[in-house]
Amino acid sequence: MSISPDAKPKLPRGVRLLHNEAQGGWVLLAPERVFKADAIAVEIVKRCTGEATVNEIVDDLAKTFNAPRERIMTDVSAMIGGLVDKQLIEV
Amino acid sequence: MDATTQRAPRPLGLLAELTHRCPLGCPYCSNPLALEGRSDELNTQTWARVFREAAALGVLQVHLSGGEPGARRDLVEITQAAHDAGLYTNLITSAVGITAATLGKLSDAGLDHVQISIQDNEPGTADHIAGYKGAYARKTALAAEVVRLKLPLTVNAVMHRANIEHVEDMVVLALKLGAKRVEIAHVQYYGWALKNRAQLMPTREQVDRAVKSVEALRLRHHGQIVIDAVVPDYYARFPKACVGGWGRRSLNVTPSGKVLPCHAAESIPSLTFWNVREHSLADIWDNSPAFLAFRGTDWMQEPCRTCPKREQDFGGCRCQAFALTGDARAADPVCHLSPHHARLAELAEAREDAAYDYRR
Repeated sequence: MSISPDAKPKLPRGVRLLHNEAQGGWVLLAPERVFKADAIAVEIVKRCTGEATVNEIVDDLAKTFNAPRERIMTDVSAMIGGLVDKQLIEV
Repeated sequence: MDATTQRAPRPLGLLAELTHRCPLGCPYCSNPLALEGRSDELNTQTWARVFREAAALGVLQVHLSGGEPGARRDLVEITQAAHDAGLYTNLITSAVGITAATLGKLSDAGLDHVQISIQDNEPGTADHIAGYKGAYARKTALAAEVVRLKLPLTVNAVMHRANIEHVEDMVVLALKLGAKRVEIAHVQYYGWALKNRAQLMPTREQVDRAVKSVEALRLRHHGQIVIDAVVPDYYARFPKACVGGWGRRSLNVTPSGKVLPCHAAESIPSLTFWNVREHSLADIWDNSPAFLAFRGTDWMQEPCRTCPKREQDFGGCRCQAFALTGDARAADPVCHLSPHHARLAELAEAREDAAYDYRR
């Protein structure tokens, strides 16, 4: 689904981002489901606290990684939209 | 022959059987015939160590199960320890023995997910199958409490001849209770369930209707609820990759600390199990005889050894192969390539409408 820049995405109860050394990094866990999270996904999901808006998340990422804001907005919206569809993020 | 020359895969899930005690008497119980007693159960500290070792080994999710885990007085402490170890915690419960107050404490301790078993869509028949009067009412009440706490809820529905016609009603019930996921789990005939096979076995027509029904329900409720279905073995042509392959993805710790590759593994008498009281979980995973016995494909004989699907289904279920052929290295007779496959149809025909032999 498409995500409003003012939405405040967060992980619902029952979904957690965990780091596990033996599994080689970060994973997103949901009931009976495991998703490997790559470095970009981790940076985005970590910021989905329910307090920051998508706009603010994009600002923060653009600053932290010194990258063009427009491209980050496209990536973040697509990723959060995909995670919402899988019920791994709620807005 | 040596499975240790290559590093073993890392497990993702740990089934922690906290106790074999259970208030229900379900005739399809898949726990072994001989249950472990309360005095043999691991204490809180040992479970906490097992969880830390599990996380270090790569385990991500722990399933707190039993028996009824609510029979443990230290369930909150155990859950807290699993959460503190960095594990995703899943409570698998009959709901009988977990009060609303306990659930609140479990939620505060970091519980991530709750799975409640429900035996049928009507209180009378559900309580009859569970062998416990009032069980259905307690289950629906606890389910409401789970949803009120905003914990994700899964309904587990074990299906057999008496309730298989109610697949649709069970999914509707799960939706009504606010579950995000429902497991339609056809009985697996191990442990106690094997004693009741003739009473529980559905007909082929019933199974065909149920499978079609699940497909239609998935389409109708897409986006509302996830429907996971375990295919009924005896009517299948291909075996399931039991536990995702022996010693590949998961492990099981019994109430007294024995570590099993799958929860029915003790039904194979030739296996030797190590205990967490004497070995670390990593040592057991990598080196214990029971885990090495059927890990990978080297142990296979024909028709599995040269089968193109050997890395997909790993020859099916070892416990079922042993139970039905007497040889734990044989192909699971569910496979149409097994010389014993025809025997399954005969066994499935041996239905009898007798009273259940309840687990007491």
